[in-house]
Amino acid sequence: MPPDGLLDCRGVTVRFGGVLALDEVDFSARDRAVTSIIGPNGAGKTTLLNAISGVVPLAGGGISLSGRDLSQSPPHIRARAGVVRTFQNLEIFTNMSALENVMTGCHCQVRYSVLDSLLKTPRYFAGERKARAKAMDCLEFVGLADSAQTPAGDLPFGRQRLLELARALAARPGILLLDEPAAGLNMKETRVLGGLIRRIRDEQGVAVVLVEHDMDLVMGISDQITVLAFGQVIAKGAPLEVQKDPEVIAAYLGADDRD
Amino acid sequence: MDSASLLQFLISGLTVGSTYGLTALGFTIIFNTTGIINFAQGEFVMLGGMLSVFFMRIAGLDEASAIVLAVAAVTLAGALIERFTIRPVKDASIINLIIITIGVSIFIRGLAMLAWGKDTFALPPFSGDAPIALFGAVVMPQSIWVLAISLLILSGLKAFFSGTIYGKGMLACAQDKKAAYLVGISVERMVLLSFMISGLVGAVGGAILAPITLTSFDVGVILGLKGFAACILGGLGNPFGAAAGGLILGVLESFGAGLLSSAYKDAFAFIILLLLLFVRPSGLFGTREAKRV
Amino acid sequence: MQGLKKDLLLTGAFLSALCLAPWVLPSGYYLTVLIMCCLNAMTVVGLNLLLGYAGQISLGHAAFYGLAAYTTAILTTTLGLPVALGMLAGVGLAALVAFVIGIPTLKLSGNYLAMATLGFGVIVYIFLNETVGLTGGPSGFTGIPRLNAAGLTLSSDRSYYYLTAAVLCAVVLLSLNLIRSRLGRALRALHTSEKAAQAVGIDIARYKLFIFVLSAAFAGAAGVLYAHYLTFIAPSSFGFLFSVELLVMVVLGGMASVWGSVTGAFFLTALPEFLRMFENVEIIIYGAILILCMMFLPRGLAGGVSSLAVRLRGRARPGEDDHAS
Repeated sequence: MPPDGLLDCRGVTVRFGGVLALDEVDFSARDRAVTSIIGPNGAGKTTLLNAISGVVPLAGGGISLSGRDLSQSPPHIRARAGVVRTFQNLEIFTNMSALENVMTGCHCQVRYSVLDSLLKTPRYFAGERKARAKAMDCLEFVGLADSAQTPAGDLPFGRQRLLELARALAARPGILLLDEPAAGLNMKETRVLGGLIRRIRDEQGVAVVLVEHDMDLVMGISDQITVLAFGQVIAKGAPLEVQKDPEVIAAYLGADDRD
Repeated sequence: MDSASLLQFLISGLTVGSTYGLTALGFTIIFNTTGIINFAQGEFVMLGGMLSVFFMRIAGLDEASAIVLAVAAVTLAGALIERFTIRPVKDASIINLIIITIGVSIFIRGLAMLAWGKDTFALPPFSGDAPIALFGAVVMPQSIWVLAISLLILSGLKAFFSGTIYGKGMLACAQDKKAAYLVGISVERMVLLSFMISGLVGAVGGAILAPITLTSFDVGVILGLKGFAACILGGLGNPFGAAAGGLILGVLESFGAGLLSSAYKDAFAFIILLLLLFVRPSGLFGTREAKRV
Repeated sequence: MQGLKKDLLLTGAFLSALCLAPWVLPSGYYLTVLIMCCLNAMTVVGLNLLLGYAGQISLGHAAFYGLAAYTTAILTTTLGLPVALGMLAGVGLAALVAFVIGIPTLKLSGNYLAMATLGFGVIVYIFLNETVGLTGGPSGFTGIPRLNAAGLTLSSDRSYYYLTAAVLCAVVLLSLNLIRSRLGRALRALHTSEKAAQAVGIDIARYKLFIFVLSAAFAGAAGVLYAHYLTFIAPSSFGFLFSVELLVMVVLGGMASVWGSVTGAFFLTALPEFLRMFENVEIIIYGAILILCMMFLPRGLAGGVSSLAVRLRGRARPGEDDHAS
């Protein structure tokens, strides 16, 4: 385990009733790096993201970000600490415009009080201007600036994925968790997404944790890969090492024969 | 408090509770095929009682045929409501459909008031009112009728859902409407059927309760409220839970009235219900609820 | 900030229209109807913040209305405290009760939340009926003083009407302001996806509670104004059916539309007055109108008006579209 881990998961265990979904998983992600989690279906990849973001409770183990223990914190506290995520099945706010979606992402970055909102004080106007500018930057970054005023539900699927990414970026992530961001995208859109993830790492200096089935994408942009199978870590390392790991090959090819 | 009084409370609680259970079953059947909380369910119960009285007095029928006719009429009313207010807008949001059922309930109450005025009516007990002694407690014959008929309806519904193609179709709609549609079940017909069965079950409840509690044009409001509380108590969507919830609510009320005060019996039952919800957010026998509102 | 100007302008126009209304109305009786319209509109706007924007249902708002009315009635009549103090206490108590019951209740969702709030309403209703020594019981509470503030008694219906109209416009403007802020976005966000709202750091429990308390306070404001207007209150005005009526006003007016709520409240409050002439069948017609409106105006009265406007404008200037919220 690298000592400079930004996100550290030690012995993370999650149970659903009698089922052991994650069994003492150790996982860490470095700053300014793309760390991917791969594995056959049902390996527990999304469960691990859910455990990190606080959506499912831990049955054991601990999670910390930059040394701060988050194991018991509710999801919104983790988000404020910098653990920001996207969802496999899009969770955009369909009752708002694209811009408002991303401005909602700025919720904790641009603050003013309830009284400021009710009475429209100068602090309200300053805050709204700042949120709008920040949100436009994020939309621009993912290439959605021209759709700012479009109702989010009217955007085509691929652009909704980008919108969710922009919203996550607006929340100023310390670490960005992406849950199958390429699912449902065509090849061209996937290439654009890969470029964006690289730029998030390189230009914005944000660490990314990527759960993804598209192996071309994963192998192309990952600095580090962790392989899960049946709720356990079976390998971790650089893309080339992982690809050659016999246990990984067995897990993928013979997943059905393992027991 | 001696055991005879406790038994007495239990009997009267179970009697009233079984009609709550029948109302709750009506809610559950419509909820399962449509996701709607049918605010007119209480009006089905009211109509069951009022129409029985009406057919007896005005048309001069004997009690049994009056009740059968009343139940048939309410079943038909259920069909008409579905056909003319729900089916034409079946793609509307759940909350809109619920408001439509509120409109329907107001409409039916208005009709009932116009037809029968604001007086209360009584239906004669089915087999006299000579009380039967039971371990020191007293059981009215009508209570036995109520319990027996409720049990009959419950087992009839169970047989219908597990034994007939229509019943299975309705269960399939409750599980997954789209999937049911894809395997060739006519969802429209199932929704129609669910309104008819709810009307039937509600009317039976109204007819068997009328000899005990009297009936008037506005009894549907409070019975609907109790029926809804019963389904939530049991866990919405679960027919067994609805019936059980009704019995529990009835018994709670009866003990609240007997041991505390009759003025606060409803408050007592609702406080228990709230406390229960805080501990079990989906009722006693419920699983999780899909967000509907 | 185009929207803000529009809000101010519309609210100003609405207030002027309300102020002019007494001059054109045929009799003083309609003033009472208008006051009731304004009071219901306050409550409904608050309830729409909760239901239409934040997606949390309440079938117990009549209880907040009633609690506030009884609080100020008891404080000012039984204890002889100043009316202004009683009114403040009434609104405060409604908000406080909402806060206390909101904490456990708002963990529920959907129909279970509806049941819990409904149950709360029924419990309050029973206590208002049964604590006869305090509330006067089912026969009601009489002799509540009219509002007098700063030595000025608002004894005439007309001056009281201006007061309620002004309070309603304040409630409307505050609500519009709230919606166009980070708070409003947070509410709409947790309505669509609680998961995603949490994932950007929104404390959903806190916002649900906040909006529940605020909407209870709006209901409370209407309640205290009601008590000091009629000078007589009875539990039957604050029962389950009134909670349902408020809910109907929200949906019929248009979910997530402040102006829709005002329209819905005015429409359904005034409707029975127009149906008076039908005597025995007025309830039937009321029910039928409700059914037909919901069938043919799925987005409520507000939605109906705006799609009509879009259609008219589309015919006049094709290609233009209105994305303003």
